Amino acid sequence: MSSVISTQSQGTPQRVPQSATGSTVGPEQPSPKTLLSVEDLHVWFELKRFGFLHAGYVQAVDGVNFDLSEGGAIGIVGESGCGKTTLMKTILGLYEPIRGKVVFRGRDLSALTARDMQAYRGEVGYVQQDPYGALPPFMRVEQILVEPMLVTGIKDREEHKQRIRDVLTEVKMTPIDDFLTKFPHMLSGGQQQRIVIARAMILNPRLIVADEPVSMLDASVRVEILRLLEKLQESHNLAVIYITHDLSTVRYFSDEIYVMYAGKLVERAEVNALLRNPMHPYTQALLEATPDPDYRNALTYKDLPPGEPPSLVNPPQACRFHPRCPHKIDGLCDVQLPPDFVPEPGHHAACWLYR
Amino acid sequence: MSEANLLLRVEDLRLYFRTRRGIVQAVDGVNLKLPSNEAMVILGESGCGKTSLSRAILRLLPNNVATYTGKIYLNGHNTMELNDESYRRQIRWFEMSMVPQAAMNALNPVMKVGDQVAEPLLVHKRVEKAEALEQAAWMFEQVGVPIDFLNRYAFELSGGMRQRVALAMALITLPSLVFLDEPTSALDVLTQANIFNVLKDIKRELAVSFILITHDIATSSELADTVAVMYAGEIVEVSDARHFFTEPLHPYSRLLMDSVPRLKVEQEPTFITGQPPSLISPPSGCRFAPRCPSAMQRCSDAPPTFQKDGRQVRCWLYA
Repeated sequence: MSSVISTQSQGTPQRVPQSATGSTVGPEQPSPKTLLSVEDLHVWFELKRFGFLHAGYVQAVDGVNFDLSEGGAIGIVGESGCGKTTLMKTILGLYEPIRGKVVFRGRDLSALTARDMQAYRGEVGYVQQDPYGALPPFMRVEQILVEPMLVTGIKDREEHKQRIRDVLTEVKMTPIDDFLTKFPHMLSGGQQQRIVIARAMILNPRLIVADEPVSMLDASVRVEILRLLEKLQESHNLAVIYITHDLSTVRYFSDEIYVMYAGKLVERAEVNALLRNPMHPYTQALLEATPDPDYRNALTYKDLPPGEPPSLVNPPQACRFHPRCPHKIDGLCDVQLPPDFVPEPGHHAACWLYR
Repeated sequence: MSEANLLLRVEDLRLYFRTRRGIVQAVDGVNLKLPSNEAMVILGESGCGKTSLSRAILRLLPNNVATYTGKIYLNGHNTMELNDESYRRQIRWFEMSMVPQAAMNALNPVMKVGDQVAEPLLVHKRVEKAEALEQAAWMFEQVGVPIDFLNRYAFELSGGMRQRVALAMALITLPSLVFLDEPTSALDVLTQANIFNVLKDIKRELAVSFILITHDIATSSELADTVAVMYAGEIVEVSDARHFFTEPLHPYSRLLMDSVPRLKVEQEPTFITGQPPSLISPPSGCRFAPRCPSAMQRCSDAPPTFQKDGRQVRCWLYA
């Protein structure tokens, strides 16, 4: 995959030249085109006191760069409050960045007219975390799926029927007629999530943004839903951004993992490289904390960094992880923001340990 | 497991609910044994009756109960013989307490968390307020909450801290058994791992027993001494953790184990086809048979519980 990220700081130029890691996109597409690029994205929210006095900013996304090629799959991993949802919503065009931009197929989102924005929303599907909360309880499955088509101006009844048939077959909700007239509460969690995916797919998007799509589901269904997303990705050459806090599911899904901490990307690598050899101390802690089922877990304590993620109103100076970091270098980590180092080809870590 | 140090013994516990569509057999003939200072995990998917089971043991019942029978021995005494008032005075929060699901979001928003943690002592043990607060401070220390948080409100605390406060509240009366219903499902991985470190500490320091109710197999292994797998209102397997996590017996347990995405081992997860049966009219015979890859003729009869190497499994494969 050809993508470039760097956690950019003010003053230190460090856009890293793309290393020759090769592409992971299929043979039909020798030179994958960039579908989406996020450039030096800063999304800050102003805090106000008494409704009008400026009281600082929540620096939810602070200098994020990456490119996503057509048909590529990336996983963004981070804890709640690290800015991953803000990043996603900015990509969906729901938040305006205060600096930097999101470019989709060569066009800057902030320059789109209202009409173009509507067309853009047809090209980007969104799979929510909680399927039950995401589906209107008073609508039947058929209405839920017709809605996006009506909004984007597809009026032909026959086409509605045809598309609904196709998409429900694809998400394996068969026999279709059994489901069309059901309300969301009549479906199981897995089925609800399939409907959410079907709704995201019905306008034939180029990109799917999935925000923790399986975290609310039972273990036995999770894998099924992930497989489904994977299949859709391959058959439609869809690009997918999979956002999660769970490293163990991301590995079955994406080509690359981006690790986010306190509004910044701290590490990026191909999935297996990251799991085999996590470089950033934060990634190492995440891996340590994620258990595999093993009886020995009950016999030992986990070695974890102290404290909690910082407030994004007043994040720590320089490296945002340094107050919790076991490998902190005094006079460096707390003074200067680490640029993006590339200790091995394709493996980026924003950490002074790799200087 | 000698009978002498048994803390909890549940025999043929049944809890059915009346609904408009019929009787829901949420807990259907459950037998369990828990020695003191051990942690048992009750594993199961949503709707299998695991929360109902914990509520049946704690007698926290809604008002549409159709059947509530069985025996619950706590330290050798059958608590089912007590009336509601003496149960409330003698058992609930004295001997057994609970951290309900999403407890961290159920803290009182207009009460300082310290007062809230001290409250069970005031209500159940009639302790003086000052002493109760002192106890609360001590308990905060045990669960890893800074003592100056006593005077804060719930909204000032992070999710992990609120979960610890909920835990402190369940522990403040020093019960011998604490139910934890999905204690970490809404938390981040690092916070989750931290909470389990705290639980391990508490189990060792305060000699508390835990019953952990969860659907998350990977994190359940952080605390489990024994594992009970529940499916459609019944316990289908009870094993010690060591054997369960290396080689589960029941076909359902095996499939469940195979569905866990692994981080450190190369292993493709699989999923279980089909859906659990409705608890209104569960299939006669083995309830897992319609989804079971090793189903055979015999499975149309309900399997009894078989013993195998000290483990219990409800499957004809072990006849």
